[in-house]
Amino acid sequence: MKIVPVRDAVAMIPSGSMLMIGGFMAVGTPARIIDELVLQGQKELTVIANDTARPGIGIGKLIRNGQVRRLIASHIGLNPETQKQMHDGSLEVTLLPQGTLVECIRAGGAGLGGVLTRTGLGTLVEDGKEKILVKGVEYLLEPALHADYALVEAFLCDYNGNLTYALTGRNFNPVMAMAANTTIVNAEHIVPTGMIPPDHVLTPGPIVDYLIARS
Amino acid sequence: MDPQTLIARRISKELREGMLVNLGIGIPALVADYVPRDLEIFFQSENGLIGTGPGPQEGMIEPWLTDAGGNPVTALPGACTFDSAMSFALIRGGHVDLTVLGGLQVDQEGHLANWMIPGKMVPGMGGAMDLVSGAKRVIVAMQHTAKGKSKIVKKCDLPLTSQRPVEMVVTDLAVIIFKAATATLLETAPGVSVEDVLAATEAELTVAENVTTMSL
Repeated sequence: MKIVPVRDAVAMIPSGSMLMIGGFMAVGTPARIIDELVLQGQKELTVIANDTARPGIGIGKLIRNGQVRRLIASHIGLNPETQKQMHDGSLEVTLLPQGTLVECIRAGGAGLGGVLTRTGLGTLVEDGKEKILVKGVEYLLEPALHADYALVEAFLCDYNGNLTYALTGRNFNPVMAMAANTTIVNAEHIVPTGMIPPDHVLTPGPIVDYLIARS
Repeated sequence: MDPQTLIARRISKELREGMLVNLGIGIPALVADYVPRDLEIFFQSENGLIGTGPGPQEGMIEPWLTDAGGNPVTALPGACTFDSAMSFALIRGGHVDLTVLGGLQVDQEGHLANWMIPGKMVPGMGGAMDLVSGAKRVIVAMQHTAKGKSKIVKKCDLPLTSQRPVEMVVTDLAVIIFKAATATLLETAPGVSVEDVLAATEAELTVAENVTTMSL
């Protein structure tokens, strides 16, 4: 794990990158990293996230600033700006059921090719996707998701990069931390090694590539 | 009693001790307000919480403790938190005893449409498709009609949420159950007749032998 200022961490991310961003309605979203992305202005980003929060909040800041070209999410209902960009064609949106989305990310981080799920069968979600019979039961094959960068918000990070998360701020974060070439973490608190008991670690330290330095 | 309260109160009668329950946003969320105090129910928020409690009192808001709509909540003693993969393993894996969801349309075989109106409103399905596909029992809470048109239809013309039919719909007029692709009128709201329900319903309804008045 390297400790880097937020400016340097975000400067590593080129325009056109595919990002996984943790959070659920901006709870557990790495706000410092997003603010720096808005400042540096990377364009043509692909964002994989549960939602785009509300206009101008959390991931909604990247949407408002026109930095996202493609979005894979489960819910955009509370952000009219996302819907507007989708309708005018400036943003390409792929909607996936939330359970499918998170499990495809999990698969991507776990070295699996995809997920077999019954969710989405008989709906618009199955369009263009392969169906597979297992023991006589039909499933939809949903391919795994993997990104260039995972942007993760943790609660505690110790000096070895071991992470814990807070309450409902956990959501997609530990799953996404596993599913990218480079994992960048912002933590609410940086604590001495040993303060997180081994049984409480939710993301093992070696998974974390960069920790955002405290300013 | 206003229609939303009526629907929520009737659905609260379906809750049993020890159930793991997921409530959708809107009318479904109101069901929690009518659970008898002596009944222990585990409410799941799909963003990663079992043991969701009421909204916090003033000055006690914790920004990292919210429901699936992003609103601040409390957690009850014995609550647990988990990531979204676990949350949807619980949902898809059949561990949720009951989910209550809002609806745009339900057809006479029990198919639910509740996640988009093509060309008008595309909010996304969020957790709804997984909930309908995976929960042990699905109850839809919605108004019987919208702009004078029946929301209980012969066949949904809006995109379906799942191919799995729901078990029950509770509206401001009636309780209707679905079994073997048949919709049966079971109960009517106070002051509403069977004829009223049939007149307000596009779907073909079988009328139960003893239609009762909703207990509230």
